[in-house]
Amino acid sequence: MQKRIAIKNHLQEIQLTAHRCVAMLIIMLILIALLITRLGFLQLTKHDLYTTLSKKNWLDLIPTEPTRGLIYDRNGVLLAENIPVFSLDIIPEKNKNISQVLTDIGKIIPLNDTEIAQFQKELKQHRRFDEIPLKLRLTEAEVARFYENQYRFPSALIKARLIRHYPLGATFSHVLGYVGRINLEELKVIDPSNYSATNYIGKIGIEKFYEDDLHGTVGYQQAETDASGQPVRILKQIKPLPGKSLYLTLDSRLQLIAEQALQGQSGAVVVIQPATGQILAMVSEPTFDPNLFVAGISSQDFQQLQQAPNKPLYNRTLRGLYPLASTIKPYIALQGLDSGNTTPDFTIFDPGWYQLPNKEHQYHDWKFHGHGTVNLNHALTSSCDTYFFALGHKMGIHLIDDILDRFGFGELTGIDMGEEVPGIIASPSWKRRAKGTGWYEGDTINSSIGQGFMQGTPLQFAQGIATMANRGKRFAPHLLLTEQDAGKPPQPQSATELEPVNLNNNDNWKIVIAALQNVFISNQGTGYAHYGHDMPYTIAGKTGTAQVYSIKHRDEDGKSEKQDKLPEGLRDHSLFVAFAPVDNPQIAIAVIAEHSTSAPAIARKILDYYLIGPAPIKVVPSTKEEDTKNAIR
Amino acid sequence: MLFANTFQRTHNPHQQNTRSFWRYIHIDMYLFLAIVLLTIMGLVILYSASSQNSSMLQQQVLHIGAAFAVMLLFAQIPPLIYQRWAVWLYGIGIILLLSVLFFGHTGKGAERWLNLGILRFQPSEIMKLALPLFLASYFHKMHLPLNNQCIIAAIAIILVPALLVIKQPDQSTAALLIIAGGSVLFLAGLSWRLLSSLFGLAMLCAPLAWYFMHDYQRQRLLTFLNPERDPLNKSYHIIQSKIAIGSGGFFGKGWLNGTQSHLHFLPEHSTDFIFAVLGEEFGFIGAIILISVFMIIILRGLYITIHAQDTFSRLIAGSLTLTFFFSFFINMGMVTGILPVMGVPLPLVSYGGSSMITLMAGFGILMSIQTHRKLLTT
Repeated sequence: MQKRIAIKNHLQEIQLTAHRCVAMLIIMLILIALLITRLGFLQLTKHDLYTTLSKKNWLDLIPTEPTRGLIYDRNGVLLAENIPVFSLDIIPEKNKNISQVLTDIGKIIPLNDTEIAQFQKELKQHRRFDEIPLKLRLTEAEVARFYENQYRFPSALIKARLIRHYPLGATFSHVLGYVGRINLEELKVIDPSNYSATNYIGKIGIEKFYEDDLHGTVGYQQAETDASGQPVRILKQIKPLPGKSLYLTLDSRLQLIAEQALQGQSGAVVVIQPATGQILAMVSEPTFDPNLFVAGISSQDFQQLQQAPNKPLYNRTLRGLYPLASTIKPYIALQGLDSGNTTPDFTIFDPGWYQLPNKEHQYHDWKFHGHGTVNLNHALTSSCDTYFFALGHKMGIHLIDDILDRFGFGELTGIDMGEEVPGIIASPSWKRRAKGTGWYEGDTINSSIGQGFMQGTPLQFAQGIATMANRGKRFAPHLLLTEQDAGKPPQPQSATELEPVNLNNNDNWKIVIAALQNVFISNQGTGYAHYGHDMPYTIAGKTGTAQVYSIKHRDEDGKSEKQDKLPEGLRDHSLFVAFAPVDNPQIAIAVIAEHSTSAPAIARKILDYYLIGPAPIKVVPSTKEEDTKNAIR
Repeated sequence: MLFANTFQRTHNPHQQNTRSFWRYIHIDMYLFLAIVLLTIMGLVILYSASSQNSSMLQQQVLHIGAAFAVMLLFAQIPPLIYQRWAVWLYGIGIILLLSVLFFGHTGKGAERWLNLGILRFQPSEIMKLALPLFLASYFHKMHLPLNNQCIIAAIAIILVPALLVIKQPDQSTAALLIIAGGSVLFLAGLSWRLLSSLFGLAMLCAPLAWYFMHDYQRQRLLTFLNPERDPLNKSYHIIQSKIAIGSGGFFGKGWLNGTQSHLHFLPEHSTDFIFAVLGEEFGFIGAIILISVFMIIILRGLYITIHAQDTFSRLIAGSLTLTFFFSFFINMGMVTGILPVMGVPLPLVSYGGSSMITLMAGFGILMSIQTHRKLLTT
């Protein structure tokens, strides 16, 4: 019975299973169709989207930092270089608890408070995913210690990097400036793609002015990265273009000599080659070590520099404003002659004072008893104030301003560094604007000897005397001698000629320059004390004393003693401008020595070095009291 | 048999010669060649997916060799033996599953492995074969279509091992067990009405399942529903997998040129996600070819099912074919993002020995059914 049913069922079961198989096949085909549709959607319809996503996954454009251009002096002495250091960097985005990381790292590599404070400061203003150096210049032992523990600090890494280094340190700090980490304000200005691999930027000085040339062009590596973001191999790379190397007009030996000559005294020296406008030396004292700024200066050090009474951060050569004092006299003499207001033979009698017609007030000469009968030559040689009071009064302020303007005072010299200030040529309209009062005749009198409102920078003083040396030809003072692209010949920069000072009668140059030469030759001359005895070269120039503290009534003893009694900060500044040799000027110099009388002596050391060579400089000690007095005028 | 060979030789000696050889070693030529083709394709993809790791490739060749040996062995056993021993196999399987619960070795957060000194294996793999075999032998003795008593018994037979496997927990294997058992039920002629009501019941129970899920499984499900939910963690697998497949395009990036797998963006690229490597390197064309080879195996399986001589053979052959289909469909569905992520490897292609040996044993049984047929029916 059962068997019979089984046989009957057998056929039915075959049929049943066959039906079910067909049903199953249909379901399977539907599912496969669904799968193939899905594949088609992903691989055909959305192929482009997923290709993009895939490339985004594994292609990474890694910018490579260009090497910053080097800076040399005119003789190829290296002034700014890039030295390799190992630094310990932190990527803050990789760890939320930064302070904990710092504590832990501090156990392996000692960190001082300055480094931590500096890091915290930069933490606040860094770019996203930028590495912030925690400690620069690791020792080999520190590097090894870190690598042993690296697995504990995924957010920290050791990086071999090039950092800027200034081998001559403080000597060139004001000229070269320095580089520092890019801050948020600079971030808004720079080209973000070109600086994508760069951490440092010129902050001041040549480093800032020639930033574009020094920086170079960023390179790129197209890298294949794995899922953890690590580059696996480099597919393509565009090498960075290193920045241009700069050769400056500066002579590092002369710069060092000038720095030494100032002997730590606050002041400034600018040396210009008159024929080209090239600046051979530019020193502002006191100074600072620019290398401090590269690594990131500690706020303590910075405050110390900023608050020091002698202002080491202040670039006196470009930003220091000093009264022209007696160094104004050559320009006024030149204008007086050329405008016909005086002649070489015209004389006045100097009783020691000057009085305006119909006025009671006496304008005192620096020499209490006066110079007696003086002509133009004598007036310049012994720096007779009374002569120039009279000449200035006769010419009027407009002619005075005119000649100063033509010599480049009161306006920017256009030096390739920026930062400079224009100074002041005092005029009635200027006075009304600045002081709100009218112009008095007395203002003209004061201006005639450079003691009023007239102010200039040491660079302007140097440019003025260089123009005098050139007999009117003017060049823009500049610092860049040549630029050199890596692997290419240097490209010399030509001097920019400015509008010259043209006189009605060119003989007037000779008259004034002869008088300026007499300053050092005549025993009446104010430069005689430091130069007169054994000059191996000819020189023309002018001394000056800029009043810091106005002394209303001068006593008979003369000024120098009075000055000694004053506190140092109120003592007069000593000024000196000169060029040499007279007939073939190779060098023009301006020296300011603050609260001192030593500018002529300082200049002598520099001139001797430049014109004679590095023989031991023999400074002639002044023997006469009169000489000392003369020397400061 | 000998008679048949002699008889047929007169018609087409050469063809009969080869056919007799395959029959003699109890191997179905079509199925065998398709499987060989699939494993070779699998090795080619694996070589690339493993980043040209030859030791991994050697290991996989060993797996395949062992699996073919198992297949050959299983093909020699006549279907009647399976039918007779199925109940014992099922019993042993249940005991082993229970022992895993107590002495199991934890791997990847789930207790699936039984450590037998040198050999570690998953008893759930035995159950993949034991369950359909037992059900088929059980139904073989019953009248088809099934009565209600039989159906309830069958559901119990399926659910006991399934629940034990869920407890491990290994939901994907449990799902495959339910598919394996369910397909036997389906082929046995479970009425469509009952099927749909069972399906409805399962849907109703789905929210309940949420409470039994492990956290990672809930995450997978949420991720499936909203892939962009958490691109760097939970959804990472599926997003990277879609990128790999999608960026392959029509022709693919070329062998060994897949960036997604070689640069390790694609996780588990040698195992569960190996299909994405294929999709990336061989494109739409490659995927279609692979699916075609799978479908050849499926069609041959259905052919064997329909031509099988008894109910047991039909049910077991159909069940093995369906389970094979669903395991590759679930894997591809998961890799292409139309199914939630679950740990189902791509059969015969993904790296790994355990599931491959089970599959090949299943193919051995299929071949046994095909090659042990009485010649009268051909």
